Parts: sequence; C-alpha cells; structure tokens
Amino acid sequence: MRAVRLSVVTAAATAAALAAVTGCTQKSDAKNGDAIQVTAADSKCETSTKTVPAGQVTLKIENKGSQATEVEIVFPDDRIVSEKENIGPGTKYTLTAEVKAGSYEIACRPGMKGHGVRQKLTVTGGKVAKRDPRLDKAVASYREWAQSEADSTIPKVKTFADAVKAGDLEAAKKAYAPSRVGWESTEPIAESFGDIDPKTDTRADGLEKGQKWTGWHALEKALWADKKIGDEQKALAGQLVTDLTDWQKRVGKAEITPTSMANGAKELLDEVASGKVTGEEERYSHTDLSDFKANVDGAQKAYELLKPVASENDAALTAELDKQFAAVNKLLDTYRTDKTSDGFVSYDKVGEADRKGLLDAVNALAEPLSKLAAAVVK
Amino acid sequence: MTDTTQDSTNGADADGTARTGSAPTRRSLIGWGGAGLALGAAAAGGAVAMTRAGNDVDPVGADTGAAVPFHGPHQAGIATAVQDRLHFAAFDVKTDDRDAFVQLLKDWTQAAARMTAGHAVGEGAYGGLAEAPPDDTGEALGLKPSRLTLTIGFGPSLFAKFGLADRRPEALVDLPAFSGDNLDKARSDGDLCIQACADDPQVAVHAIRNLARIGFGKVAIRWSQLGFGKTSSTTPDAQTPRNLMGFKDGTRNIAGTETERLKKFVWADAKDNDGKAAWMTGGSYLVARRIRMNIETWDRTSLQEQEDVFGRDKGEGAPVGKAKEHDKPFLKAMKPDAHVRLAHPDSNGGVTILRRGYSFTDGTDGLGRLEAGLFFLAYQRDVRKGFIPLQRSLSRSDALNEYIQHVSSAVFAVPPGVRDKDDWWGRALFSKEV
Repeated sequence: MRAVRLSVVTAAATAAALAAVTGCTQKSDAKNGDAIQVTAADSKCETSTKTVPAGQVTLKIENKGSQATEVEIVFPDDRIVSEKENIGPGTKYTLTAEVKAGSYEIACRPGMKGHGVRQKLTVTGGKVAKRDPRLDKAVASYREWAQSEADSTIPKVKTFADAVKAGDLEAAKKAYAPSRVGWESTEPIAESFGDIDPKTDTRADGLEKGQKWTGWHALEKALWADKKIGDEQKALAGQLVTDLTDWQKRVGKAEITPTSMANGAKELLDEVASGKVTGEEERYSHTDLSDFKANVDGAQKAYELLKPVASENDAALTAELDKQFAAVNKLLDTYRTDKTSDGFVSYDKVGEADRKGLLDAVNALAEPLSKLAAAVVK
Repeated sequence: MTDTTQDSTNGADADGTARTGSAPTRRSLIGWGGAGLALGAAAAGGAVAMTRAGNDVDPVGADTGAAVPFHGPHQAGIATAVQDRLHFAAFDVKTDDRDAFVQLLKDWTQAAARMTAGHAVGEGAYGGLAEAPPDDTGEALGLKPSRLTLTIGFGPSLFAKFGLADRRPEALVDLPAFSGDNLDKARSDGDLCIQACADDPQVAVHAIRNLARIGFGKVAIRWSQLGFGKTSSTTPDAQTPRNLMGFKDGTRNIAGTETERLKKFVWADAKDNDGKAAWMTGGSYLVARRIRMNIETWDRTSLQEQEDVFGRDKGEGAPVGKAKEHDKPFLKAMKPDAHVRLAHPDSNGGVTILRRGYSFTDGTDGLGRLEAGLFFLAYQRDVRKGFIPLQRSLSRSDALNEYIQHVSSAVFAVPPGVRDKDDWWGRALFSKEV
C-alpha cells in the first residue's frame, strides 16, 4: 500500500527521490502566499505557477472533477517525491513537501489511475532544508546496524538450510527461529523492497491465488505440521538462502530517513500487535516470542538512535518510551526458557490472560512510539 | 434475576390502593432491565409522575442530538434521561505510579468534557502534523453530541492500589455469590469503569475508544459491552421499553426529576459509611451484570407460561388481573415465583434501585444460539440495601431463572460529579481534603 510518505523507502530505485525529500511534512494550514494552486479536473490539471524556490513546496489542491483524483510531485522518470491519494470530487487538500532544486512534474491522476495529466514544475536553487547533522548520523548508524544484522543472519540461514537439505528434521527445527531474528529486527527495510518479503516471509493465509508458497513459513509447516522433508523442501531451503542473500546485498543501499526510522519502529510494534500476540505468525512452530523480541529490539535500536534529538523536542515522550521499552523487555524476559538462553517458551503454552498481558504492554509502548516521528521532525 | 422492581419506592404509592389509572400515569420504567422485575411494580405509579421541567417532557428527550452538561454535583449518565445506546468498558490499572494515574484522570476528564459537548479530543482528527497520528480518531466528526454521557466508577480492586485502602467505602462491598451465577472472571470486575451512553452508537464507541487510547500504558481495557435498546428509562415516559423476551419490565424506575427518591435511594450522603467516605458524597454505587437469556427456549415457551413467569400480560404489560401497564399490581394474584411479584418493592421491604440497563446481542455463540440478553446496570446509595437483598430473593425463587443466567458481574463506586473545568474525576478520592 502506498502512503503519503514512504516509510523506509524503496531502496535503490528511489534513492535519488529520497535525496530530494527531507522529511516531508504536510500541514493543512500552509501559508497562501507561496502555495501552488492546483486545480484538478477530469481531463485537466492546472497549476498557478511553473517555478518555485527550493525548500518547502506547498500544493493547494482542489478537485473540480467528477471522480476522486490523486496528485503527485514526481521526477521525470515517475519516481514519486510526494503524493496525496483519493482526493474526492469537490474537496480540497494541502500537500507540502521539502523539494530540492531540479525538474519535476505535478501529476493529476483522475480516477487514481493511468499517466494522468501533467504540468512541468521547476524548482530553483535557493535554500535547501537542512537536516540536523545528528539525524544524519542517526540514519547512518541505523543503516550500518541493519547491514550488520543482515550480515550475521546469512550464516544462520545457511545453518537452517543445510539442516533441511540434510533431511535433519530436529536440527532444522532448532535452527529455524534463530535464522529469522535479523530479518524480524529490520523488517520495515525488507518490506520496503517490495519483492523480497513475499518470497521469504509469506504466511499460508497471505498467499495469492496462483502464487507459489516459498520461504520460511512454507518450511515451518513442513517441519512442524507435516513433519517431513522432501525434495521440494530442500529446494525451498536453497531458494531461501538465495533470496536472503539478495536482501543482504540491498539492505546497505536502502534509503532511510529519520522519519522512516521512527515510523519503522512503530510498524515493528504493529507487527507484534497484529501477528505475534495472536500467534498467527508462527502458527506451526509457535516460536512467536522469538520474533516478538526481535521486533522490539529493532524498534528500540531505531529509537535509541533518534532519542538525542527527540528528547530535546519532547522529553516527556522519550521518558515514557524509555519506561515502556524497559517494561516490555522485562515482561519478555519472564518467557525465556532459562535466564541465559535466547530461547522463549512455545507460544501455544501461553494462555489467553498472559497474551492479553503481552498485548497490554505492547499497546503501552506503541501508543507513545506513534508520536516519535513528529518529535523527530518538529 | 435481576430485577428489581423499582417501583416501590414510595411506600405511599405502593399502598395506595387504587391509584391505578390516575393521572400521573407514567410509566415508570421498569426494566427488567432492571431487573426484571420491575414490572410488577408498575403500579406504583401514581406518584411519581412527573414530567421534568424543560426538555424532559418529551419522552424521547426532546432533542436526541443535544449535549448533556458534563459538570454538576452528580455525574451525568445516572439520573439523566436514558439514551438509546451503550458502550460500557471496565479497565485494569497497569501502572503503580500514583501521579501518572492521577494525570490520566485529569486527561480523561478533559477529553470527556470535550466529547460530551460534541467536540473532538485534543487537537482534533485532522490538520495536525502529518508525521503524527491525530489526537482524535475521527469517526464522530460531523455527528451531533447525541446526549453523550460519560460516567466513571472505581472498582473494589482499585482500593488495593495507590494507598487507597482506607478510603474504600463500606458500601462498596464485594458481591456475594448468588444461586445460579456462572460468572466469567475475564468479563467481570475491573479497577475502573466508564459508562458511555448516547443516542448514536458511533458516538458512544468513539468515546470509549478515545479514552482507552489516552489510557494506554496507565490502564488497559479488561472487558467491554455494547448495548442497544434501553430497557429502562429515567424519564417518565409514555412507553416502557421491552426487553428481548418481549416483555415490559420495571415500570416504576426512579425518574431523573424525583429529587426525593434520588436522594433517598441513589445519591450517597456525607453521613453514609459512618461518615468515613465523605469523598463519595453525591456519588452512587453501580452494579453491572451481564445476564444471558436462553432466547431459543424462551421463544418456544407457551404464551401462558411466559405471562405467568413475568406476572404480566405480554401485549399491554398489565399486571395479572389488571387492565393497564401501570395499574397497581395485586401481587397475590400472581404465581409465587412470578418475576414481578418477587421483584416488587413490597416483597423486598421497599428496596429500590435506579435501573439503566440495555439489551445486548453479540451475534451468536458457537452453537448458533443468539448471544443475547440484558446488560443490567443499577445505581443505588448502598449495594447492601439495594441489589444484594433483591438479587438474593430473585436468585432463589424467580421463575425467570430457567431462562436466564448471570454470566458476569462487577460493582463500582461512582464518585460525585465534576464541578467545573478545574475539577476532575476522582479528585475528592485522591486529594487529602474532600
């Protein structure tokens, strides 16, 4: 799904685009003076000016057409700088983005499809929004960390794949959860690539008609539910290593912004709330708590890196986040099979009341975490 | 069970012999919802009648879109004319930080004052920073205030926290086990509750959703219940609402205008509890019970038996042998185990409670049966003199017990009203001075 702001954005493809966008922010009350008036209709797209200075660019959009439209600022090659979907007939919307100097187009897409009607937009020299150097450093550190997570994951995936290829059911089961930790802790990055996640991390219920089921969960079902390893599983294990090696190579090139880091942290908690707490993610192996911990660790990593800036803008928020991260980690520790182990109890042994306790702790953390992005850009 | 009859209250009426028909007929409400019983009582009627001044004259509430004042000596949502819909939520406290909890009560109070006036929470549902989720969730935008009331209560378990043990009112007792109870602990009790009533269900749900969101980290919802179709009224109304069994029940509820009965049976007084819970002055005590009805077996019960079980006729709602709903019941004409008879105040030493229950239907259960019944809500000055003696009698003998089962239970101390914009829910409890 597309959001107004891409959260960890698609890597290589959008790298350039990202450079142009620095934490784009949109406010509905943009000043009228320098705004570009965009009048969208069923077959036209009029703009009040073709040239604006770099920096914060505001589009005041009015849809005078008969159907919902979508308005975008795009590079000539169609990469999106910023966009607003689903602007209903007769409604207005204000879209704001930080745009660097260069050539762009404003595209109105009636019916939210097709090439749409376009107008040129030239953004000239001038000031470029400057980012707090500490945030640049946070992004760099986060990228480095994500890369190291990916690097250390590959050997674990190979251990898992080798066990499958050897037909060793018990060894494969043992290596399964550890092979997923690095992936789970950096998942928003992987998901931003679009094409890897469906190959490696699709669950049975996520398959589309005609899609071949590959990846971890297909193997999970074979190991725990079917309890057998055949040629097909051995091939899947090899494919998993190939796909994850592709991921490892792309992680370093992922374009990441402070906002996408903060939103990514929140998305990791969303993963926990909607997939892990319910036991849906690891429905055969019941290793959900291992994924849960990795999701929380990944969120905490992003948070810790953004905290120096966020705490200046909203000290109460970071105090609350410190407290709630500690509370979730403390609660998770009570589910370890023993104090020194990385292993967690099988999730099918966790009763309803305890699952509610876990979800309460996740909600207590995720609610303030949803405000981190604003605290970083404000 | 359940039900109480409310009627009773004024002894006078009760004895009054033939008030029947007399002018005031108002149906009081009953509700089996109230506990069912009320029905019988209906008769009492005479006395009460009243029409409230002002907009209460219209039984439906003159303007179902209007706002109900949030500030006052008592919390709104008790004596307030009963709205059509309910979302009731019980919460567990998740923090041991007293200051954080007090801050939540203040934040909640502010949000409640805004929502009951028809405004969005905080900075609203749109127009804020694009990077942040909006303060308000937005689904009530464009809807009227819908007479939304938000009423908070404190459960017995709250008093085990935050050093409040010596502030627990004696009247806030743990309910005893009653015969036939089959309580689900996961849907019972709670450190806190919030009752949201409104004429638009989306307004009530929006209120609970936003309060729960503000509460994350400090409190978590333990259970919640949606209700539709009021089964009681606190407005002397032309119609006694019917419960899901198709009967009018609880015809003689306490009306919002009956100052004396409210004072006597509903509002806590400074002298109550030996004067040791003065912070509750102007508050009340709430009993909430989820009463599941065995709808399918009830529906295949003969009309005669249905009417015998209640002690009323199904069409008009008149007590056995009488012509009109509000005619004074002749209890001895009813079967000894008839619901109206057992719930009538005359059978319970005058016991009277204010009922505010709602019907519920949460779809169907795993066996395809309607998961339906009455979500019983009753306010009283002292649970020991209200719900407990009444339910003891009903649980023992009520013919209705064959068709109902109490499946959840909770009791709360409902503090007095928020006086003005500087006041907040629970201030008297958490402050040194009352």
